[in-house]
Amino acid sequence: MSDRQTNPPAIELINITRRFVSPTGKSLTAIRDFNMTVERGEFVAVVGPTGCGKSTTLNLVTGLARPSAGEVRLMGAPVNGIDPRVGFAFQKDALFPWKNVIENVMAGPLFRGRSKAEAEKMAKDWLARVGLSKFLHHYPHQLSGGMRKRVSLAQTFINEPEILLMDEPFSALDVQTRTVMHEELLKLWAERQASVVFVTHDLEEAVALADKVYVLTAGPATVKSVYTIDLPRPRVVSEIRYEQGFIDYCKTIWEDLRQEVETSYRRASEAA
Amino acid sequence: MTDTTMDSVNTLFRPGTSDKEIEAAALKAIAARKRTVLFWQVTILVAIVAIWEIGARTGFIDPFFYASPSAIGSRLYEWATEGTTEGSLWFNLGVTMEEALIGFFTGSIAGIVVGVGLGQNKLLSDILSVYIKAINSIPRVVLAPIFIMIMGLGLASKVALAFIMVFFVVFANAFQGVREADRDMIANARILGASDWKVTREVIIPSAMSWIFASLHVSFSFAIIGAIVGEFVGARYGIGQLISIAKGTFDAAGMFAAIVLVMLVTLVAEYLMTLVENRLAKWRPQQSLDTH
Repeated sequence: MSDRQTNPPAIELINITRRFVSPTGKSLTAIRDFNMTVERGEFVAVVGPTGCGKSTTLNLVTGLARPSAGEVRLMGAPVNGIDPRVGFAFQKDALFPWKNVIENVMAGPLFRGRSKAEAEKMAKDWLARVGLSKFLHHYPHQLSGGMRKRVSLAQTFINEPEILLMDEPFSALDVQTRTVMHEELLKLWAERQASVVFVTHDLEEAVALADKVYVLTAGPATVKSVYTIDLPRPRVVSEIRYEQGFIDYCKTIWEDLRQEVETSYRRASEAA
Repeated sequence: MTDTTMDSVNTLFRPGTSDKEIEAAALKAIAARKRTVLFWQVTILVAIVAIWEIGARTGFIDPFFYASPSAIGSRLYEWATEGTTEGSLWFNLGVTMEEALIGFFTGSIAGIVVGVGLGQNKLLSDILSVYIKAINSIPRVVLAPIFIMIMGLGLASKVALAFIMVFFVVFANAFQGVREADRDMIANARILGASDWKVTREVIIPSAMSWIFASLHVSFSFAIIGAIVGEFVGARYGIGQLISIAKGTFDAAGMFAAIVLVMLVTLVAEYLMTLVENRLAKWRPQQSLDTH
């Protein structure tokens, strides 16, 4: 207990409920009685049926949205506005198309008041790490999807976030590029030991990357079950999928997830 | 432009043709197409001028009402060398340009500032939208007499008219551009650490920029319209005043000469604006294919 007090978890969501009210006055509950704890340096994946409110949980942690009830705590303190220790990787491209690669990566440090020379040095360093040193002056539209994702990662990591939130960041990539990006993410994460919440609809991706997998119910989302993935690290994502342990985890969790996916489909077809 | 590249690539080549030969053939095809376009552009101009001139000389077109290209040319020459009844041509052109340019710059800056400001404030824009719609529904030219009554025959009344014509176009586009700014991109900037002002300057304004530029193209001709209409209603100098005097003396050539002059000025301004836009928007895809 004393350890908890001196070193509280990175993220705590305590009995969170989040309602949306439409302009016509109809209320919709996206998340209900949601509890989640992410320890420091832990990699947590969140899976659930589409549209169940996975992304909403992330927005609550960034401080961009506030819970209707319950409390969000970061490093033991309640969230109050956007926290500088948080980094966010978006599903679709959120790069600034009018800035070239290095300017995009420099944006974070510059926004946070670093000098231009300093920001440039940091950006070059990060772009070298993601293998884009030759593309400093290209504009985003001149790059492939995988390269743009690397720029985004560099843009996020340059601020050295202690908490990294990822909202289906690789879902738009082709399968091969995706595997490469998984490896790069795990490498960067291992160096920095950030606490990660990785939202995805891809169960295999979740099992391959995470320490813990949260399965959510069909909306309103609440935690259905939590699985601890006890596969050894460092993991090689391209090979792990053929290991028996990995396959067993996927099967077990899928059994659990399938009911929720079916519920979600049934509701969608009833509504239509 | 994309069509040309498609065409030239789709041409069938014998097997064994090297890439160099294919590229050379493609370049040739592009150059040939450019020549064809230019040829027809010039031909159409020459044909119109020729028909007009011949029509006027044979009496098929009444030169009293429609003048003739040669009469317009000689009137322009006379104005340029000997000056007009209202003083030097360049002075008159200068007066109109001064009114239009001041109106254009103040109007577009005000339009951008108000558009970007209101675009980010939902409540204020909801409150004001009804008034904006009401003012916007007034045909701008009816304001000319009022401005002249209030501000007199000089520069101020014309600038005010040009301003009001430019302002609403730029405002509407800047407002819409801000509304269309990508939500994720704004969230990204905020999480990366941008303050409200930085988000506005580095995300919202750049993403509204293509909307704003689209409006600047039209609004320069609006500024000219504002200046000239203002001069019609009451002025001592300017191109509008020249047209007004030509009308009073049934001088068709003079009216057309003034129109040609305004047309040339607007085309040059448009060209300069495209240069600036291409410079600012070098990040946009396919800019290299632009051939204005």
